[in-house]
Amino acid sequence: MLEATDITVTFGRHRVLDRAAVTVSPGEVVGLAGPSGCGKSTLARVLALLLRPSGGRVVLDGQPVHRWRHRAPRRTAVGLIFQQPRLAVDPRFTLLDVITEPLRANRRPLTRAHELAEELGLTPELHSRRPHEVSDGQLQRACVARALALEPRYLICDEMTTMLDASTQAHLVARIEAYRERTGAGVLAVSHDIELLERWSGGNVRELAPTLPIKEAAPATGERSSA
Amino acid sequence: MAAPKTRWRARPETSGRVTGWPARRHRLALGTLAVLVAAVVLVPLFARLDQQLVDLPSSGLAPSWAHPFGTDEVGRDVLLRSIYGLRVSLLVGLTAAVAGVLIGGLVGLAAGTAGGGVDRLLMRIVDGFNALPHLLFGIFIVALFSPSAIAVIVSVAVTHWTTAARIVRSEVLSLRGRPFVDAAISGGSSRARIVRRHFLPNLAPHLLLAAVLMIPHAIWHETALSFLGLGLPAHLASLGNMINDGQRSLLAGDWWSSLFPGLLILLPTLAISALAQHLRDRSSPRHRSESAL
Ligand SMILES: Nc1ncnc2c1ncn2[C@@H]1O[C@H](COP(=O)(O)OP(=O)(O)OP(=O)(O)O)[C@@H](O)[C@H]1O
Ligand SMILES: [Mg+2]
Repeated sequence: MLEATDITVTFGRHRVLDRAAVTVSPGEVVGLAGPSGCGKSTLARVLALLLRPSGGRVVLDGQPVHRWRHRAPRRTAVGLIFQQPRLAVDPRFTLLDVITEPLRANRRPLTRAHELAEELGLTPELHSRRPHEVSDGQLQRACVARALALEPRYLICDEMTTMLDASTQAHLVARIEAYRERTGAGVLAVSHDIELLERWSGGNVRELAPTLPIKEAAPATGERSSA
Repeated sequence: MAAPKTRWRARPETSGRVTGWPARRHRLALGTLAVLVAAVVLVPLFARLDQQLVDLPSSGLAPSWAHPFGTDEVGRDVLLRSIYGLRVSLLVGLTAAVAGVLIGGLVGLAAGTAGGGVDRLLMRIVDGFNALPHLLFGIFIVALFSPSAIAVIVSVAVTHWTTAARIVRSEVLSLRGRPFVDAAISGGSSRARIVRRHFLPNLAPHLLLAAVLMIPHAIWHETALSFLGLGLPAHLASLGNMINDGQRSLLAGDWWSSLFPGLLILLPTLAISALAQHLRDRSSPRHRSESAL
């Protein structure tokens, strides 16, 4: 189980998450919805052990997480697909480099990269292209392949398909579903598109409420600065 | 809340595809450098310079076909000595620039990657070095050694690594926050692996530019130190030594023995600066994406 409770994150004086909680069990799809700026991506980074929260705890398969980023030995157990594929790949890497990098870093056989590329519909002529030479959809396919390369027990899809067309969206969701069925991994699907989440998770959707700015947190003044 | 005003205006034509004079300028610079480097490499193969040779009967001759740059006060051919001098200057400039950028690059990389206390300490040291008047500090360093090329290289590198350190540190800080670094961490990459696979390749163009920009500066320092008699041994043909010698015969009206070595300092430094500017323009993202189409 990947379990986050009472997660509080502050950037400077700005509180982004206030005692947020989410739980993902193996084999299950959980939807996480919420308006833009409410901290979905931030919570995703906490769950992927990439951001140490100012408060709260994360428990990964029964073990509380104390160390984060490079120091977290079990970080590869949680895969993260980033919201913006353009920013999530090194501009100097080819698409194949993107997929093989985690395999190399963990000394795994590289043949897996070719299988994944094929599974995600990346034709061989795309393998040697760099990010600026491919479309957003093609880049996101490479990012999904990268996230699956190490067979994570939990997969977080942060607005994986927001900027993509319907058929690419359906294809990527189907790939992840196939992965989930094969490995029994837990999936956290993050989106502001409640309909998609309802369909994907079979109604298992949690809303992340926006936090009020600390000063205005008192009574109900309707104005909210997050846009 | 008012929407932020967006102003649209035509971008000046300085970046991106360059046409006209700037484009020709970098070719001219490249051509000049090619000629100078060829001279420096090839001439010594055919005409050996005896650094100690003195030929008093032919001293102070004005430029002629036999001696295109004239001869100096002890009768040495200024052209041949200038070429040997340029060779020394280019070598010293290049080595000092590479050494300076290596030191600065390592310090900047350590500061940016480690962050926290290490970063603060290293940047305090950089500030300290920058606060010293660098020509004086350079003179102090060469004074510790006997005159030699190594002393000059050490002096220039030790006084000039700070720029590269700052550039590399700020670049690493910006790289560190990028999502692709998060993705690498999430994929199990260690700190060292991220430095090797992501930081160094993305820093390389900046390091190259810093090194190229530093070469002319290093050449000026070499000549300045030699001119002051603190750089290379006085009998060695170096541009600084030659101008130093030449200023004595200047009073006798022998303008050539300092003018030509002076021009040979000016020419490569201007050419390298023009080239560095071209490199900088070319590495701007807009040009990169344009040339990628
Ligand atoms: N590194 C940061 N420093 C300061 N503030 C940040 C930082 N990252 C995010 N924020 C702020 O945290 C809030 C939540 O950001 P986050 O990206 O988690 O939102 P989100 O729910 O994913 O939004 P979207 O649906 O638009 O992706 C935003 O108000 C944002 O400005
Ligand atoms: Mg987001």
